[in-house]
Amino acid sequence: MSTRTLLSPAALARPRGKAVYWTVFTGTVLLFVIAFLFPVYWMVTGAMKSADEVARTPPTLVPERWHVSGYTDAWDLMQLPEHLWNTVVQAAGAWLCQLVFCTAAAYALSKLRPAFGKVILGGILATLMVPAQALVVPKYLTVADLGLLNDPVAIWLPAVANAFNLYLLKRFFDQLPRDVLEAAEMDGAGRLRTLWSIVLPMSRPVLGVVSIFALVAVWQDFLWPLMVFSDTDKQPISVALVQLSQNIPLTVLIAAMVIASIPMVAMFLAFQRHIIAGIGAGSTKG
Amino acid sequence: MTDTAQRRTVAKVAVHPVQAPPPAGDRRRRRLADQARAYGFLVGGLVCFALFSWYPAIRAVVIAFQKYTPGGEPEWVGTANFTRVFQDPEFGAAWRNTLTFTLLALLIGFAIPFVLALVLNELRHAKAFFRVVVYLPVMIPPVVSALLWKWFYDPGTGLANEALRFLHLPTSNWSNGADTALVSLVIVATWANMGGTVLIYLAALQSIPGELYEAAELDGANLLQRVRHVTIPQTRFVILMLMLLQIIATMQVFTEPFVITGGGPENATVTVLYLIYKYAFLYNDFGGACALSVMLLVLLGAFSAAYLRLTRTEGESA
Repeated sequence: MSTRTLLSPAALARPRGKAVYWTVFTGTVLLFVIAFLFPVYWMVTGAMKSADEVARTPPTLVPERWHVSGYTDAWDLMQLPEHLWNTVVQAAGAWLCQLVFCTAAAYALSKLRPAFGKVILGGILATLMVPAQALVVPKYLTVADLGLLNDPVAIWLPAVANAFNLYLLKRFFDQLPRDVLEAAEMDGAGRLRTLWSIVLPMSRPVLGVVSIFALVAVWQDFLWPLMVFSDTDKQPISVALVQLSQNIPLTVLIAAMVIASIPMVAMFLAFQRHIIAGIGAGSTKG
Repeated sequence: MTDTAQRRTVAKVAVHPVQAPPPAGDRRRRRLADQARAYGFLVGGLVCFALFSWYPAIRAVVIAFQKYTPGGEPEWVGTANFTRVFQDPEFGAAWRNTLTFTLLALLIGFAIPFVLALVLNELRHAKAFFRVVVYLPVMIPPVVSALLWKWFYDPGTGLANEALRFLHLPTSNWSNGADTALVSLVIVATWANMGGTVLIYLAALQSIPGELYEAAELDGANLLQRVRHVTIPQTRFVILMLMLLQIIATMQVFTEPFVITGGGPENATVTVLYLIYKYAFLYNDFGGACALSVMLLVLLGAFSAAYLRLTRTEGESA
């Protein structure tokens, strides 16, 4: 723990060093609370103010009276259950398709030596150079030709074409010791059996990372579902929020924003250790 | 091949270690079966990549030279789409806004996370608190962040002007003013995305060997000199990598202008991607949308190639 950083432990131990340290520490805590926590607090409590209190200047820091009606109205008026369910279906399907197709493909590319495997991998990696958003229009036309508009499949299958996740899986499979897989084969396990009962159990960490990436990506996406779901009933919550934001009372809209944020924030708080460790490790390793 | 058949060959190998090669026809059949199996695993992924990555990339280039409306017969028009898009007064505005946005994001959104990471790396207490809190906005859906800030920016009752009044500063039009709208959007994007950058910098800072700082200090380097001569050179690779990533990401900005300003006021926040969206879904002009997409693709492809080259060479030498 005592790896030294920019400041030496000796400098920090001096009275002046201590004073500066605690000043900076307090300042940083305050900055973080104001910059990152306060907006979230403002959103959660704003939804509980009455319609005229939320529009008042100067604003009140704490709601005079706590109304839950903002939240219940949002739930009913904006058909949140429906849109949340749409998002869940889209995210779960994209996650499952990615896990099934990307792990299978990564396993094949890593361990099964298919003919032209190098070419295929090159083609997959080349898509990393193509910024996703710049291709949404031709992608939209392809989805339209396939008759997949307003269908969650239009989220699921394009999610599989994720070179980053596939490459992550392939790199992990590459590191698995060959003799373990060969031993399984000696014992008469087929390819599928080896993948299912040897490779996947050994790959839990990378599967966790890919799962989180997959879920977050779908939940946070906006432009693609905006294009694909013109049918209001099929829209995920992100699109529905924007479409409905015009003609809805402010407190109700804010409440809906809070509700839309809860699933991802809850997942983050539950898995924060892994997520934060993953961001740091993944990036510096390149 | 069934399990028992495979087990039998294994048994044979055990009894006769030096086995005669199987007949050529048999070997080829086995190789074909192996290939078929490998492609069985690959096919799902391949179809998805073909349909939703490779084909759209080719199609973008093709449609850029066609008059294209869904359902209708495409018609070759040469470079007419490009000239039409060039002559659109919004074209210049979109590119100017996108480049300004990227530049401002680099100025505002690049120094702040680095300084924050530097400070956080020195703090010995409440580390978990800082990490979770700085990453919290990243987990809030971008649409919610945009709507939240739209509310803050409200010139009358918004929190942003309330804060300025509290500090006895002149109020601003924020996202409603033609000259302040773009900066307002950069602030939102920076707030929402900074967490990831800070955490990546933190990881990079922690990998700097402490002896380097010790040696610098013995040589009489003060705090700023240590940052300049130790910290920055040691994190040079990560800084460059994040800079390229940020350029690529910010040049595709869409959600903030779409949700907060709707491209206004006076086209002040129309971005290239927004214009692509307008061409496709407002003007029903898919040829024009694809012509614009190809331009964006070429420009960003160059940055992506630089990024991949950088990470690959550094990864090998590390």
